[in-house]
Amino acid sequence: MRNFRIFRGDKSGGKMLDYQIEVDKGMVVLDAIHRIQTEQANDLAVRWNCKAGKCGSCSVEINGIPKLSCMTRMNEYGPEETVSIRPLKTFPIMKDLVTDVLWNYEQNKKIVPFTPDPNLKNKNGDYVMMQEDIDRIQEFRKCIECFLCQNVCHILRDQGKKDKFVGPRFMIQLAGLEMHPLDTQDRIPAIKEKFGSGMCNITRCCTDVCPEHIQITDNAIIPLKERVVDRFYDPVIWLWRKLFRRKSV
Amino acid sequence: MIIGKTNRTDNWWFEPLWTGIGFFAFVIYTTWAMLQANYYWWDAGANGFGGYLSPFYSPLIFINPLAQGSAPMDHSWFGFWPEWWPSLIPASPAILILAGPLSFRMTCYYYRKFYYRAYFMSPVACAVKGVSQKHYKGETALLIFQNLHRYTLYIALGFVVILSYDAILGFFRNGQLGIGVGSIILLINPILLAGYAFGCHAFRHLSGGKLDCFSCPSGKQKIRYKLWKGVSWLNGEHMLWAWASMIWVAFADIYVRMVAMGNWTDFNTWGY
Ligand code: SF4
Ligand code: SF4
Ligand code: FES
Ligand code: FES
Repeated sequence: MRNFRIFRGDKSGGKMLDYQIEVDKGMVVLDAIHRIQTEQANDLAVRWNCKAGKCGSCSVEINGIPKLSCMTRMNEYGPEETVSIRPLKTFPIMKDLVTDVLWNYEQNKKIVPFTPDPNLKNKNGDYVMMQEDIDRIQEFRKCIECFLCQNVCHILRDQGKKDKFVGPRFMIQLAGLEMHPLDTQDRIPAIKEKFGSGMCNITRCCTDVCPEHIQITDNAIIPLKERVVDRFYDPVIWLWRKLFRRKSV
Repeated sequence: MIIGKTNRTDNWWFEPLWTGIGFFAFVIYTTWAMLQANYYWWDAGANGFGGYLSPFYSPLIFINPLAQGSAPMDHSWFGFWPEWWPSLIPASPAILILAGPLSFRMTCYYYRKFYYRAYFMSPVACAVKGVSQKHYKGETALLIFQNLHRYTLYIALGFVVILSYDAILGFFRNGQLGIGVGSIILLINPILLAGYAFGCHAFRHLSGGKLDCFSCPSGKQKIRYKLWKGVSWLNGEHMLWAWASMIWVAFADIYVRMVAMGNWTDFNTWGY
């Protein structure tokens, strides 16, 4: 018998309840939740879809660490250890383990979509890119939108600055567009102001929790910060631009 | 609101604790070594070309030849220690230069992560409540100077050159080529610093990261792409380089100091 402690409640409040079940070899935490749901708590709300770490629905906090419940094996925990499962802290609770992540989709809408230059099409009407130019961006395309990074980012989680920072998931989205060889939008001013790249203090919790192991901070946020420096903070580049009226160096 | 409040059950405090203590120890030692103003040079009294110079004291802008274990005057860039120097402050060449490497480390993206976590507790660890600031502004307000990190990189690259010269110096004594334990220690020092500096995020950006397209318009890879790849490779282990180079530079100072004071014997091929 293994002990689980699961949050039960909704936006008006709730409490942690204990459940004991038998755990079989090879089970993941989501399996255990399902067994509890089947055997003891038919009304336990949990969001999931693929059970393969690819849909990003099953994000919860297991023993305080933001994780995908379908990719967390039970043998990560000691045989006597109580496994506590809570909903994501950063987003409003709907019921039990299910939170309302709508805020994230709203952020996505603020981003100007990919805008390629139609003149760059070749004679067959295709856009051609070299692999080495999009390697970087493809890393960001691995995102499964589990929002674990959004949940753990202290700016959104603890500092309550959802109005000032778009969050790591959308910083990689922006990086993927900003670094795209075909995109024509000038995104740097918005990355600094509207999306708040300067709010991130590169403490890397987003990178630590990403189940796709995307190097969010090193490969997306820091490179964006450096591009913002080029545009807004570097005094030599600023002078150069003033003197020679050039857009870039 | 309680600092350290979390539902985590693992040893989340371990990393901020050891990094916090480790860096603090480095700062204490560096400050002490800087204020000593002595025993930073060893050539066994041989003079001539060659000798061990502590990296904390390099370059030697001025030299006070009266200090114990000081370098010969011809190693000074601008001659004798100035007379106007206030007597309250030790006449230490380290005081004049340490701000350079220190500013590089303090604005490094890795060090920022570590001290925002360990010292500022913002946050102290992931999914652990840190010091909550009502008006959290990240790096947009007081910390906006962090955006000038690239300028400290330029300084650090200068130090790579200077410390490489010191490494060559370490293989000579009185103009004679040779090798000692100290030569190897002083050779590893600039290598670790170079690994750290060339893996810098600002350097990664300048080397090629700032380009949207590595192969436009010709469709052929540019040299900058290869450069960027190389820098990215170093950058992947940036934290390791940061710690290794920091520990080593302190160790190199300890070694030169101990040998110069006569506490340790430098095994070498010169035989003195
Ligand atoms: S690195 Fe930046 S975006 Fe990522 S969790 Fe930390 S503050 Fe948030
Ligand atoms: S970046 Fe990683 S953690 Fe963030 S939403 Fe995408 S997959 Fe999840
Ligand atoms: S259920 Fe799809 S990622 Fe876990
Ligand atoms: S980012 Fe660490 S030295 Fe520049």
